[in-house]
Amino acid sequence: MSHIKHLLKTPRYGGLLALVLICLLLPLLLQNAYQFDVAIKVGISAVVVVGLNLLIGYTGQISLGHAGFFGLGAYSSAILTVNYEWSALAALLAGSVGVGLIAFVLARPILKLKGHYLAMATLGLGIIISIVIATEDWLTGGPDGMGVGPFMLFDYEIYGEKAWYWVVAALLVLSVWLALNIIDSPVGRALRAVHGSEVAAQVAGIDTTHYKVLVFVFSAVIASVMGSVFAHYSGFVTPTEAGFFHSIELVTMVVLGGMASTYGGILGALILVLLPQLLSGLEDLEMIIFGLILMLTMIFMPKGLLPTVTGRLKGGKA
Amino acid sequence: MSAEFLQYLFTGITIGAIYALVGLGFSIIYNASHVINFAQGEFLMIGGMCTVALVGTGLPMPVAILAAVAVTAVAGLALQKFAVAPARNAEVVTIIIITIGASIFLRGLVQLVWGKEFHALPAFSGDEPITIGGATILPQSLWVLGITLVIVVALSWFFNKTLLGKAILATSHNPDAAKLMGINTGFILLISFGLSAMLGAIAGILVAPITLTSYDVGIMLGLKGFVAAVLGGLGSGAGAIAGGLILGIAEAMAAGYISSDYKDAVPFVIILAILFFMPSGLFGLRGTERV
Repeated sequence: MSHIKHLLKTPRYGGLLALVLICLLLPLLLQNAYQFDVAIKVGISAVVVVGLNLLIGYTGQISLGHAGFFGLGAYSSAILTVNYEWSALAALLAGSVGVGLIAFVLARPILKLKGHYLAMATLGLGIIISIVIATEDWLTGGPDGMGVGPFMLFDYEIYGEKAWYWVVAALLVLSVWLALNIIDSPVGRALRAVHGSEVAAQVAGIDTTHYKVLVFVFSAVIASVMGSVFAHYSGFVTPTEAGFFHSIELVTMVVLGGMASTYGGILGALILVLLPQLLSGLEDLEMIIFGLILMLTMIFMPKGLLPTVTGRLKGGKA
Repeated sequence: MSAEFLQYLFTGITIGAIYALVGLGFSIIYNASHVINFAQGEFLMIGGMCTVALVGTGLPMPVAILAAVAVTAVAGLALQKFAVAPARNAEVVTIIIITIGASIFLRGLVQLVWGKEFHALPAFSGDEPITIGGATILPQSLWVLGITLVIVVALSWFFNKTLLGKAILATSHNPDAAKLMGINTGFILLISFGLSAMLGAIAGILVAPITLTSYDVGIMLGLKGFVAAVLGGLGSGAGAIAGGLILGIAEAMAAGYISSDYKDAVPFVIILAILFFMPSGLFGLRGTERV
């Protein structure tokens, strides 16, 4: 019995159980299609952020271009299903394999860079992807975007907000479970060693490049899969999905919620998706308040919301 | 040299000089504080928009320009004092997000005051193009080049000959040692943000008659200035100037000879290619890292 109690206190089991319960109970509170829609959008971002947090929070490698991978996934699904009549699942898989390959090829030269140079390179990569998508309008519909059909899984169509809610909820639980397992594995320890001191990790015999490449590819593939999911769910994709601001949004979710805190990232996604919805009535003031909140939270809680709050609850200095 | 080539060269050098000024702004702040200020582009925007607004109230252009530069400098000082200084010990990515938050805030503020429309600033001395070797150049381009040259000379005098300039350099080399020598490093950080904001404002005012100005004009200009600074090697003033000119010329040539669709992608393709082979930029020190 005490063994189980102990397990429930670990993020791997207790936290996961709490997340499953929240996902199961939330539909009871959601009253209309709009609220389901917001929940789904939070979920889609949260899954991307769980992957990105492995890269930024645990490994300490910044990426300002992950929306590029999200966009590539979204447009792979859109183009392959609409223009070439592939099945949705095949398009999703092809997109994620393609993104995985691109990430793998670029990972070594990019991850050799450090600090601001790494920020510059990933930012450039994301911007190039979004410019290509916006320019090749014969294939992508250009800046106006393109429509995407529903997600047909064999003969079953994922239709309506409720069905999509369960799909995204399942993906979220799956991604958190995967991330927690990676963090608790030898791979996770190696990643944290890289964050602490890359040179020390190398001295200890860790092939740091190998692990950095691994987590870069993993986070890129997750972004691509969620891009595909987003494309079918929303039924429409535009180049902004791949753009600089979406990349910034994703990084902000990671940092706002708490770097190296898997659940913090989900909280970050929740806040950053909800905030514009809450501020949208304020029209002209929206940008000012959004910018202020971003600055103030980062100034007063540089470690992010969740680690700061749990730190205070435990009575320690966060 | 064909007239066509000369034409692209003029266009490239003009916009390259602007990128160089923005890149210098990045470098000054980076040197003093190791912060990449993602709100740098907003300094250009505030400079340009403020000048347009003040000229609109009937002020003579030179007075409007001076006032706009002063307003932007105050914005730079405020950014350092209230947003960057309190987060001194935070991680790189946290400070990046603070400056991005600041840039969204500043854009929101300007949009609230002056709206979302594009605004035109009249050229400083007419729009009559000058013909050189079959190519034409606008008088405004000469203003851009001339003032950039004056600023570069003034900056190198400032950093090499004045006590304050030397204090900034000392702080960037070793803040602790500088502090022991009696330099007020907190004040130096403040000054570097103010100086960088002034540079940004001047670049924004110079370019406004060529490209028009609006509340979101700073985003792309800021990012390309960041590329210029990284291309030349972060923290190197001469590097930022060379980086800016290379980007501007490459962009104009690519737009002229290949396709204007990918004009905005050119700086980013160049920086990726350079960083893959030279991870510290063209002129960056191949510094060894202390462990």
